Amino acid sequence: MKNLYQFSFLTLLLFLYSCSENISPVDSGLENQVFHFGNGAEPQGLDPHIVTGVPEHHLLIGLCEGLTTSNPKGGSSLSGAADSWDVSEDGKTYTFFLQKNGKWSNGDPVTADDFVWSWKRILTPSLGSQYPDMLYYVVGASDYHNGITDDFNKVGVKALDKLTLEVTLNNPTPFFLGLLSHYSTWPVHKETVLQHGTIDDRNGGWTRPGNFVCNGAFKLKSWELNNKIIVEKNDNYWDSSTVKLNEIHYYPVANTMTEDRMFRSGQLHVTSTLPSQKCPVYIEENNPSLRIDPYMGTYFYRFNTNNPALTDPKVRRALAYSVNRKQIVEKVTKCGQIPAYSFTPPGSNGYEPDTEIPFDPELAKQLLAEAGYDENTPFPKLEILFNTNEDHRKVALAVQQMWQQNLGINVELVNQDWKVYLNREMIGDFQVSRAGWIGDYEDPNTFLDTLRPNRGNNKTGWENPNYDELIHLANSNNNQEERYELLKQAERILIDDMPIVPLYTYVRVYQLSSDVKGYYPNYLDHHHPKYWYLERD
Amino acid sequence: MIRIIFKRILLAVPVLLAVATLTFFLIKQAPGGPFDAEKAVSPQVLKNLNAAYNLDASEWEQYTDYMTGIVQGDFGPSFRYPGRSVTEMILTGLPVTFELAIYAILIALIIGVLSGVIAALKRNTILDFIPMAIAMIGICVPTFLMGPLLVLIFGINLELLPVSGWNQIPGDKILPSLTLGFAYAAYIARLSRGGMLEVLNQDFIRTARAKGLSETSIVVKHAMQGGLLPVVSFLGPAIAGLLAGSFVVETIFQIPGLGRFYVEAAFNRDYTMILGTTIFFSAMIVFFNLMSDIAALWLNPRSRDES
Repeated sequence: MKNLYQFSFLTLLLFLYSCSENISPVDSGLENQVFHFGNGAEPQGLDPHIVTGVPEHHLLIGLCEGLTTSNPKGGSSLSGAADSWDVSEDGKTYTFFLQKNGKWSNGDPVTADDFVWSWKRILTPSLGSQYPDMLYYVVGASDYHNGITDDFNKVGVKALDKLTLEVTLNNPTPFFLGLLSHYSTWPVHKETVLQHGTIDDRNGGWTRPGNFVCNGAFKLKSWELNNKIIVEKNDNYWDSSTVKLNEIHYYPVANTMTEDRMFRSGQLHVTSTLPSQKCPVYIEENNPSLRIDPYMGTYFYRFNTNNPALTDPKVRRALAYSVNRKQIVEKVTKCGQIPAYSFTPPGSNGYEPDTEIPFDPELAKQLLAEAGYDENTPFPKLEILFNTNEDHRKVALAVQQMWQQNLGINVELVNQDWKVYLNREMIGDFQVSRAGWIGDYEDPNTFLDTLRPNRGNNKTGWENPNYDELIHLANSNNNQEERYELLKQAERILIDDMPIVPLYTYVRVYQLSSDVKGYYPNYLDHHHPKYWYLERD
Repeated sequence: MIRIIFKRILLAVPVLLAVATLTFFLIKQAPGGPFDAEKAVSPQVLKNLNAAYNLDASEWEQYTDYMTGIVQGDFGPSFRYPGRSVTEMILTGLPVTFELAIYAILIALIIGVLSGVIAALKRNTILDFIPMAIAMIGICVPTFLMGPLLVLIFGINLELLPVSGWNQIPGDKILPSLTLGFAYAAYIARLSRGGMLEVLNQDFIRTARAKGLSETSIVVKHAMQGGLLPVVSFLGPAIAGLLAGSFVVETIFQIPGLGRFYVEAAFNRDYTMILGTTIFFSAMIVFFNLMSDIAALWLNPRSRDES
């Protein structure tokens, strides 16, 4: 009988063993140059003019290409669909010379007209593109998008000939080349789009496997919803000799724990992120796969300056000065985050803000007293709004304790479902809310612009004409040094008025297999797959 | 019997209509909309988007348009995934979720019925206590704990089975099916034990024994038919529940099923997707309840005669 049990057990083990793959995807990928990529969520789609998220960007960066591409090691943009470009002396006219052998994945040549048509598509109001403002720097673009004119000839983008594109800007915009590596400005193949719908059709089938045509280093091979997207090398790509990978498999793994387990069992070369509770453990263990890279993002708290308790800048400064940022990153987030003393993360394309936010409870108390609050007139109860998430809760708990301890303010934490939280922020139904901002391009403007009046992402109700004027002046200036000086002044106004409290600068935390080469850290977290390859040391 | 089935199908129409109507108006009451995002869109863009999805029409107009679409089999486009229709997404996810549910229910039936029947036959012995104690654990341990535990043991430590995916046969499918099946096996075990105990004490079993029938024949032919009736009644809602409730297992094991769409649609305020999946799952619940009622009628001679 005992032998029978042993036999059954061994048979079961053998059966289970036969069910498993003997070679993990990471091992087999090494041989075939097939990259397995953990991509967070299921992408909304692959139309660069419609989608908005990070998983979509990870895919599109390989499938399509704008006039310029992000430098994989950070810094100034590299040539993409445009081989080179000239900038006029006043900084307002850009002339792009397209790649002579630039081709779409179906073999058609990439022409300047393709860009003109594509930009017309983004700016067509009925398409409902969510990033048309990326092109608002171009003459007439805003008017066309807002229906003030329906004549696209008035928009400053012209095809001078088949391979020459001229773009005229409202102001010298030194970060314009950086904007062009954002997918919302990338071209789409006119004939394919029109074959499957109209110019403003959000639901056209052109992005489906078999239909999809674009001009990137890879082309779409298959797309199993919620399971896997496979892209393969595009031999028609102008720089295909640089591309070493044959295929990339993108997995939409929304659950970070699942993704971690997939990585540990050799199913992924790279993960989209790391469960936050694992980060300190992996740091302690010196896990060789752990990557903590700089990232152009700021975690901050937003004040509703229209709220009676928060209208006085002294109150807002008191709240900001009583937060110990160092303690938050060392004891709460514990994953290499950097305390933030400015809204713009330092080092954004050479920009170093010189603002300071001291941790000084005494000064904070004094400011609160100056604002008229003391033991007899205590500060009213304050509410911190955040979207339901354990990491946000931990930070909110720490801030709650600091405000209570240092200022004696009674703080209540309110967590809401993501959409409810967004809605409450949007309609101004909050006092303090947690927020984060990630740069779209490597320039301080991507941060500072959001707090100008009438910007949808301001949400604080704060307006300062001097701040607005300084940013306007900076963006009309073609001299980077002078421009940065103006932006620093603006940043000083911002930190002085304190409509937001910067808490820490984000870092990109993920796991990367040691087989992966050509995957460099960069501030925008833009990784072009044409540089990746797999090699075991 | 046919009359009953016909009546139940007719009854299903107002039920589904009520579900669709209630869901339609309830989701509109939830704060936040499908196009709210951390990077807020400008009022102009929001206006364009609302126009593109007919959200600028009156709620009544939207409702009548939607219901007309449903009658024609069109659940509308997904707001979250431009270019994809809700019908297409349901049809993509359904086979996977259905396959997972079938495996899980098979596992649940095999483990549950077997241990329940043995426990009933060997009442108050170790063969009763152990399976029932395990069943209790199965009921208490949630799938979000059971799944990662099984993955840790069989996937990461022993490296015997893949930790995620739904591609290879049968490696990928063992752990998720076990995880999902085990919770239901526990319920079935307790139900079948209870049912069997009740039947085993009845007169016709004593008569069968007196006639000298073998114990196997008594259990399999006579006792189980009546003893498993509670299990059969449970199966209808259980299968529907498995289809709608596989979200956790699908997430843990990265399975491209329908459950994930269902839950994520609510988070994303993907109105058409919420409606489509809710109506679809309601139809499934109605259908499987009907199936289990038919099976119960067929198994129970008393109610069969009454019908």
